[in-house]
Amino acid sequence: MITSSYTLSVNGRRHEIDDSWIGESLLYVLRERAGLPGAKGACEQGECGSCTVVIDGRAVCSCLVMAASVTDSEITTVEGLGPDGALSDVQRAFLDEGGVQCGFCTPGFIVAVHHLLERDPQPSDHDVREALSGNICRCTGYGRILEAVHNVVRRRNS
Amino acid sequence: MTTRVAASSGTIVDERVSSPRHGSLGANADRPDGVAKVQGGFAFSSDMWAENMLWGATLRSPHPFARIVSIDASAAWRIPGVESIVTSEDVPGQATYGLIMQDQPVFAAVGDVVRYSGEPIAAVAADHPETCRRALAAIVVEYEILDPVVDPERCIDGTAPDIHPAGNVYRHQRIVSGDPDVVGDVVVEGSYEIGMQDQAFLGLEAALAIPDPGGSGLELYVATQWLHEDRKQISACLGLPEESVRLVLGGVGGAFGAREDISLQVHTCLLALRTGRPVRIAYDRRESFYGHVHRHPARIWMRHHASRDGRIVKVEARMVFDGGAYCSTSPAVLINGITHAQGPYKCDNAVVDGWAVRTNNPPCGAMRGFGVVQACYAHESQMDKLAAACGLDPVSIRLLNAMETGDRLITGQIVDSVAPVEECIRRTAEIPLPPDLPDRVDERELPGGTGLTADRRHIRRGVGWGVSIKNLMYSEGFDDYSTARCRLVDGIVSLKFATAEVGQGFVMLAQQIARTVIGIDEVVLDTIDTQVGSSGSTSASRQTWMSGGAVKKACDAVAAGLLAHEAAHRGVAVERLHVEGTDIVDRDTGHRRPAKEAARGLELDETVEYHHPKTEDLDENGQGNCHVAFAFVAHRAVVDVDPDLGLVKVVQIATAQDVGRVLNPVSCLGQIEGGIAQGLGLAVMEEIVVENGEVRNPSFTDYLLPTFLDAPAVEAVFVEQHEPKSPLGAKGVGEPPCISVTPAIANAIRAATGRELPRVPIRPYDICL
Repeated sequence: MITSSYTLSVNGRRHEIDDSWIGESLLYVLRERAGLPGAKGACEQGECGSCTVVIDGRAVCSCLVMAASVTDSEITTVEGLGPDGALSDVQRAFLDEGGVQCGFCTPGFIVAVHHLLERDPQPSDHDVREALSGNICRCTGYGRILEAVHNVVRRRNS
Repeated sequence: MTTRVAASSGTIVDERVSSPRHGSLGANADRPDGVAKVQGGFAFSSDMWAENMLWGATLRSPHPFARIVSIDASAAWRIPGVESIVTSEDVPGQATYGLIMQDQPVFAAVGDVVRYSGEPIAAVAADHPETCRRALAAIVVEYEILDPVVDPERCIDGTAPDIHPAGNVYRHQRIVSGDPDVVGDVVVEGSYEIGMQDQAFLGLEAALAIPDPGGSGLELYVATQWLHEDRKQISACLGLPEESVRLVLGGVGGAFGAREDISLQVHTCLLALRTGRPVRIAYDRRESFYGHVHRHPARIWMRHHASRDGRIVKVEARMVFDGGAYCSTSPAVLINGITHAQGPYKCDNAVVDGWAVRTNNPPCGAMRGFGVVQACYAHESQMDKLAAACGLDPVSIRLLNAMETGDRLITGQIVDSVAPVEECIRRTAEIPLPPDLPDRVDERELPGGTGLTADRRHIRRGVGWGVSIKNLMYSEGFDDYSTARCRLVDGIVSLKFATAEVGQGFVMLAQQIARTVIGIDEVVLDTIDTQVGSSGSTSASRQTWMSGGAVKKACDAVAAGLLAHEAAHRGVAVERLHVEGTDIVDRDTGHRRPAKEAARGLELDETVEYHHPKTEDLDENGQGNCHVAFAFVAHRAVVDVDPDLGLVKVVQIATAQDVGRVLNPVSCLGQIEGGIAQGLGLAVMEEIVVENGEVRNPSFTDYLLPTFLDAPAVEAVFVEQHEPKSPLGAKGVGEPPCISVTPAIANAIRAATGRELPRVPIRPYDICL
């Protein structure tokens, strides 16, 4: 297997990745080499959003990105969203509103909601549904997740 | 007492006079696993890692039915990094496993046959997932391809050759009740078909096996629904005593029935024992579609006889469940299907025939609703036909026939559960309908969403109903007991149980129970593993009742010890003391002392089992008290249909559900909304397409799941009538939401289009062609 060593910048920290097979996805490298298991793999073809991370300001499915191709980028994962280990307002709202059941889709949703509200601080329900339609949740039926977004928007605008 | 939930505003209006404190029974609570789950640190089974760990992977048959002539793994062995390759010859114990019948091989053997596309043949362990993939590709298997048996009818009429030594019929059961020859004034019939649905949990199958030094046993971290049943089957296949196989629950990313059966457990353990190193196997989505059982596809013929005024006189049904290649829980699914053929309606006479058969299609087993989903789709389709034939509307026909406590089922069993069917229907009907679709509308509100595909002027709205009954707990004599241990040490409560937390929130409920019963808010949860007795499976809507019952019983025993300690301390009769909130209160004097303070220096430790009342097998006429208890629910669906393109938007689901007692409002609502989304999936989008034994869509690109855009507005009402038989007064709430919502949506689409639509999922071409 062809391997290479490179550096990734994740959540403001540099991660040295040694002897990584060149075909490894960013999702794999984050989880298995960088000690950041928050992004989850559930389809590995960009359909479910469980692996959502932000690369240079864009929310992407990390399962579809070659890790070795983003060495010059700034990557944000769910682990990098809360200030100093505390909960972000989005994370808090997911807990308060019952947006978490099994929790497997949750990190991807948290990243996607942060990203949505940065672009659009007061989205309509249509906007929320459209923006989050790339993140599949099998437990909640999305109702409590919508409430979590409402909760954050309310608090940020009050 | 009811709680109205207005999901549109997201506020839960509790009509109770005094609210219980946060974190106690009846109130919302904080999930003990919540913070880790939102921060990404919660350890799902796929996140498990161990020093010196190898990766495992499974070689699967590409054919649904074939004889294995030879397996040549020599080229795979030569790949650097490959540490082990195991086949059937390497299984030291029992060669097969299974929940009811041990008919499924750990690996298909040379000289024997594979019976479904995706059946495991070998497993490899290597230093990297990519090495595993290359090793699998290098294993050469020679097959003699056989003609697969894919038509269940050929298994029933005996024209198909037996594809397994145990034969092609898992179970045939008949129900004959009352007068089988009675004829009604009005007769309606129909043939219905339910497609194969996948549980599609997000957290893929994964396990980490860590061998003991010397290989005398091992520890397995696995996402499962029932640790002890897994252990029983795994240890039999490994040829090890059960106590040498220790199971720990790896974080479970949803289950919905798909984790009841063995998938990768034995393979992972074999590789770990063989290599002496930790091994993790983690399926990808494609393998997951092949690696677990699905919801049974079913064909159901049903005929209802009724009096002229619409009262049901007799139900006749023939139900055929395709169990696929291996037994799994097919016999139990069949019994659930046929014993629920009457639905939540009074019915004195019945003739029901049911088969669960073996074919070369993918194996089917448990999925949320467990046989009742299929039966309900048929009886609720029939109820609309019956209403039309009797000149009644869909609500009136259902109210007229609504079952009540004390009614006799077609099995002869008396419904002694609370049975508020009428209230469920009435309260659902009271929920306001959504406003009409305006003439000018945001295209995102139309079927198909963005892209201007739907023409507003052509959209037709329809309203449909579905009502269901669901058994709770295991049936037919099965003693699915649950164990719990409660310790109180110096004012801190700790709970231990083996109950699989799959996302439903049992870990939160267990803490709520302990806080309420003992009056101490600090409740620590021990690891969920096999170091305590079985809790049974997280399925059949049973854990709130069964493991909740066990935790309550253990906490009751500890609370009794605490009260006795306090009584002795104060020199009063223990009968005068009780726990109220977080205090121990003296009824006579009103004296209060915090329970936590009273517990200082005290140590109590209680382990208990909770068993439900015994049930019976069915006799040859399908008679017997086979079920423990029942829950009921009504659904009303409002849909917009684009008849040009056959697209459907589910606008609103209104529902009133018999929950017994709300123990946690947000959790209850989460189960209801989540179940509705899965029932919607079965109604209009979800199906594993199988052609001649081959799965055509094993991916999330081709197997469509409801997204945020597909999720309807849900308006839910909790119907609270405390169930006296239930230890907490509550009924399981997990399965009912996904059962009658499917026919409610189908009936709404029928109302909108006038089409018969006998099968689900209803596909665009079923509507527009």
